[in-house]
Amino acid sequence: MSPLIETIHAVGLLTCFALLATSRIGACIRWLSFQGILFGMVPLIVHDDGLTARAMLLAGGNIALKGIVFPWLLLGLRARADFNREVQPFVSFVMSILCGILILALSVWLTQEMKPALAKAPFVMLDSSIFLIFIGLFLMISRRNALMQVIGFLVLENGIFVFGVITVVGTPLLVELGVLLDAFVGVFVMGIAIYHITREFGSMDVDRLTELRG
Amino acid sequence: MPAPGSLVLPLCALILAPLLLGIVNRTKAVIAGRHGPPLLQPYWDIAKSLRRGAVYGEVTTWLLRLGPVGGLAALAAALLVMPFGGVGAPVSFSGDIIVLVGLLALGRFATVLAALDTGSSFEGMGASREVHFSALAEPALLLALATLARVTGSFALTPVYQAVAIGAWADALPTFALVGMTLLVILLVENTRIPVDDPTTHLELTMIHEVMVLDHSGPDFGLIQYAAALKVWILGALLAGLVVPVRSGSVWLDGAAMLVGMVLLAGVIGMIESAMARYRLVHVPQFIVGAATLSAVAFIIRLV
Repeated sequence: MSPLIETIHAVGLLTCFALLATSRIGACIRWLSFQGILFGMVPLIVHDDGLTARAMLLAGGNIALKGIVFPWLLLGLRARADFNREVQPFVSFVMSILCGILILALSVWLTQEMKPALAKAPFVMLDSSIFLIFIGLFLMISRRNALMQVIGFLVLENGIFVFGVITVVGTPLLVELGVLLDAFVGVFVMGIAIYHITREFGSMDVDRLTELRG
Repeated sequence: MPAPGSLVLPLCALILAPLLLGIVNRTKAVIAGRHGPPLLQPYWDIAKSLRRGAVYGEVTTWLLRLGPVGGLAALAAALLVMPFGGVGAPVSFSGDIIVLVGLLALGRFATVLAALDTGSSFEGMGASREVHFSALAEPALLLALATLARVTGSFALTPVYQAVAIGAWADALPTFALVGMTLLVILLVENTRIPVDDPTTHLELTMIHEVMVLDHSGPDFGLIQYAAALKVWILGALLAGLVVPVRSGSVWLDGAAMLVGMVLLAGVIGMIESAMARYRLVHVPQFIVGAATLSAVAFIIRLV
């Protein structure tokens, strides 16, 4: 396996653990941006056909959107709703990291199970993609702060993106860009929703939403 | 039974180990703008302690006297299986990785027993902290060594470290880098150096290791200081053997490269101690678990 892919894989896994262990929203957003740039480079190196225009467009779009636009939107949102800068976990940070290791083992096992079906894909990256999907879900359910749920969603999106890039070689460019656009609209809508939540409740704590029961 | 010639390596370690602490202290002094104590000061300190008489409390038993001797004996035994980079250890057999970790644990156990034997509440607190943190650091160390064993396909320290050449680094760059970071953290945690504990402080409430040895005096305390230097040497050799991948086949060249590596490592420890503040005690477990995570990631990415 190529050392470059393995390095991206290892650093990518570590960004996930950093997200699990970080207590400040701002730092989490910066890790997310770094992760977006890192995995945005995957289309450039993962297939042997080199730097095609399609791969460049895909990687450029991803890096611009996930590395710059989303973090910028989220940082703006955090600055506007400046009530609490902590992520407020339901699961403590040490426990989150231990859960992360278990999830990593689970995703490696799942990848092994998938191996016969996807003979051509580079398996290391398949590990990362499934791990990213699980960590995204875990971040969404284990953090109280609404911004962390957006971050979890974006980690999940990173995972789905990597999975798509490495397993399906011939996806039309239009579909890939459409997915990116969907994610963009999703984050935009979530941003508006969070803005209204903070205006209504004075906090980003998703637990407060139970007060909405009629 | 090892050949007499191969015992040169542990002897060198026994002689040179306190020098590392001298280099650490000198680095810290230079960064702080002081001249600092002489490089050989740790030797004088140990010699001074050994010349003194020992005082034992009336309530203590033989466990207190066993502590320093047991700790030093375990570490000296660990030196026998500890290779020095490409230079092989006097004793090498499959599974000596576990023996090394076990001996480190045995030494710690002796110190903890001696601390508990005094019946002092401070020492009990220190023992509790030491055991708590080492319970987290030990799996991290085992994971790191298991990863190296996995990459090099051998379960004895000497062949493992002989296989860590430049070619192996090129093959497994992220794995080795992650394991190296874990070993650095373990070196700091096990030797209770700064982000975890301050070895120069004497405020009992914040101490971990130093608080356990408050009741030892004279030669006992000298042995403890010496054992601490040996521990820095052993864990430092684990890290330096990984990050100095000089495997020329010549004992002299490999050994010299490793010595340079150890001196640089002592300098790095000094710089870390100058640049960082001690973590709050509640944050230390997070720090150690983070280090274990690095190794776990390294292990799992090599699994497939």
